[in-house]
Amino acid sequence: MLVDFFFLLRTRGINVSLTELLLLIEALQKGHADSNLVVFYALARSILVKKIEHFDIYDRVFAEFFKDVEFPEAMLDQIHDELLDWLKNPKNFDGLLPDKDLKAHDLETLRKMFEERLKEQKERHDGGSKWIGTGGTSPFGHGGSNPAGVRIGGPGGGRSAVQIAMDRRFHNLRSDLVLDVRQFSSALRRLRILSNDGQIEELDIEKTIDKTAQNAGDIEFVFSKARKNQVKLLLLCDVGGSMNPYTRTTSLLFSAAHQAQHFKQFKSYYFHNCVYGKLYSDMHQRESVDTKELLKNVDSTWRCIIVGDAAMAPYELSDAGGALDFFSHNRDTGLIWLQRILEKIPRSVWLNPDPVRYWNSSYTARIISELYPMFPFTLSGIDDAIAELRKR
Amino acid sequence: MSFEQFQGTQDYIVSAELRDAVNVAISLERPLLIRGEPGTGKTLLSKSIAQALQKPIVRWHVKSTTRAQEGLYVYDTVQRLNDSRFGGGEVNNVEHYIKLGPLGQAFDAQERVILLIDEIDKADIEFPNDLLHELDEMSFTVRETGRLIKAEKRPIIIITSNAEKELPDAFLRRCIFHYISFPSSEMMKEIIKVHFPKIEDELMTQALLKFYWLREQPEVRKKPSTSELMDWLGALKRAGMSTANLQGKFPFLGVLLKKEADLVGIERRVN
Repeated sequence: MLVDFFFLLRTRGINVSLTELLLLIEALQKGHADSNLVVFYALARSILVKKIEHFDIYDRVFAEFFKDVEFPEAMLDQIHDELLDWLKNPKNFDGLLPDKDLKAHDLETLRKMFEERLKEQKERHDGGSKWIGTGGTSPFGHGGSNPAGVRIGGPGGGRSAVQIAMDRRFHNLRSDLVLDVRQFSSALRRLRILSNDGQIEELDIEKTIDKTAQNAGDIEFVFSKARKNQVKLLLLCDVGGSMNPYTRTTSLLFSAAHQAQHFKQFKSYYFHNCVYGKLYSDMHQRESVDTKELLKNVDSTWRCIIVGDAAMAPYELSDAGGALDFFSHNRDTGLIWLQRILEKIPRSVWLNPDPVRYWNSSYTARIISELYPMFPFTLSGIDDAIAELRKR
Repeated sequence: MSFEQFQGTQDYIVSAELRDAVNVAISLERPLLIRGEPGTGKTLLSKSIAQALQKPIVRWHVKSTTRAQEGLYVYDTVQRLNDSRFGGGEVNNVEHYIKLGPLGQAFDAQERVILLIDEIDKADIEFPNDLLHELDEMSFTVRETGRLIKAEKRPIIIITSNAEKELPDAFLRRCIFHYISFPSSEMMKEIIKVHFPKIEDELMTQALLKFYWLREQPEVRKKPSTSELMDWLGALKRAGMSTANLQGKFPFLGVLLKKEADLVGIERRVN
């Protein structure tokens, strides 16, 4: 049963290791969960899940595994009891330990037992509903209070672990949702490539003293090359129009990037729909620079992140004079400009705030994603994008 | 159960989940990794455990320049050099110049101690990896003297992290993990009562309403935390504020909001 749970967690993306499973079994054997499933819920999480971004997945897996939605609630408690029996006697399940062979029929018997119990429960359930609302005898009773209840001073009444899991309290911490500046900052912080800059040599005082002391007082100087972050970042962002719903998130990314002090150089500009001859240094698109000038000043050591939904009319991308803004007639097509950026800065990525399922239905997004590696504009998307940018 | 039990202390309110996590970590002898928003009492936890179990505490506050080696021991070569040049000390006794770091002290202690490694994510990304072996074995050898420092009683290790950097997987696998979520308003009331035993219920309710409202405002970039709430309540109390003063007003906003943009934006809306 625990092994099934373990593998379900793994298939859902939480990479639980064998060490952790063994640790959990050890904890069970020491009696850490023998009182109830609520404790087991927290115990297993504290041992198996080490990232809060995964808490929500854990909750969903837990709810799914320990509660089949078709079961009436009374039956649910029975499943809990089943697990409880097992939690109380984890030694019966020595077969789960890797030093003995994991016998398939053990699990089968287990499953059979499990199903029999379920049947039994159905009958009992028909006979009378003593399993629910008894107010305190069962650790999962809905009316009673549970001494090991999860919340101090929380709403009265014990709550079953599945109910707690189904609350999905950690939904906000999912890595595919975007939260605040802080999270952007820590994502951007990963964008650093340290290298020993060949030119500058600094006197390494620590090592000099160390060496000198080891030489019993004969002074020996140690020089080392400064390790500096080599990343230069160009951030381009689509604003206005279809990007309006994403203004808040893009502004968060911008303030995080501006706060970040670890880049060797950093430049950011705005554009509308597609990059043409001019880029704007303010959101209202009044102050502008020539894209050509900008591209002269960057080289292949730069990294470029473009944020935009890449959704536009096809002619905006492929026709001369296709720019949405009538006054900024463009001689070269948007596509050519995008290619020019890529020629100058080969390590560029595109962050798209639209949900991934829409990308394919937009002609222009498809074209652009063939040029630029495209990632969703979410925390995990940014992580992936940064991993891409770190490649040399 | 045979292992030591942590139940929280009078001035530290602990949720059942956190309490269990602490006890599991103690009984399995694994480091407990604590994460949570700033100001949710991560660092205080170790103090509370030390108090409850009546054990000494060894603190190691990690900074961006901290290296793993410093936690084990430092060979004070400079002092030795100084002594050899200008006399004094026991120059011939290298042992004399070996200074145990926090980890070394915790291993070397006669009794079981609490070891707090605070803000482990502040240091270099490789820092936790450098400690893997020592944390597993709870022992290390002083290279200069060949002395083996080994924990007779494995210390209870509490590690806090602000999630500024990702911690390496190999390190995470060895830890018990707990995330201190931001307290619900019920739990917050308990916490407030610990700090301000005489506070009026009505004032507390009003203040909490305002506090949680503030946390929900999307334009607030840096959300106020528990410790800031305590400061704010203290300010309200010292200024002799009552419930009536809070009606339709938001005094001392600067105690809660630390970013100028946040402060200006909210100030305009509420006062």
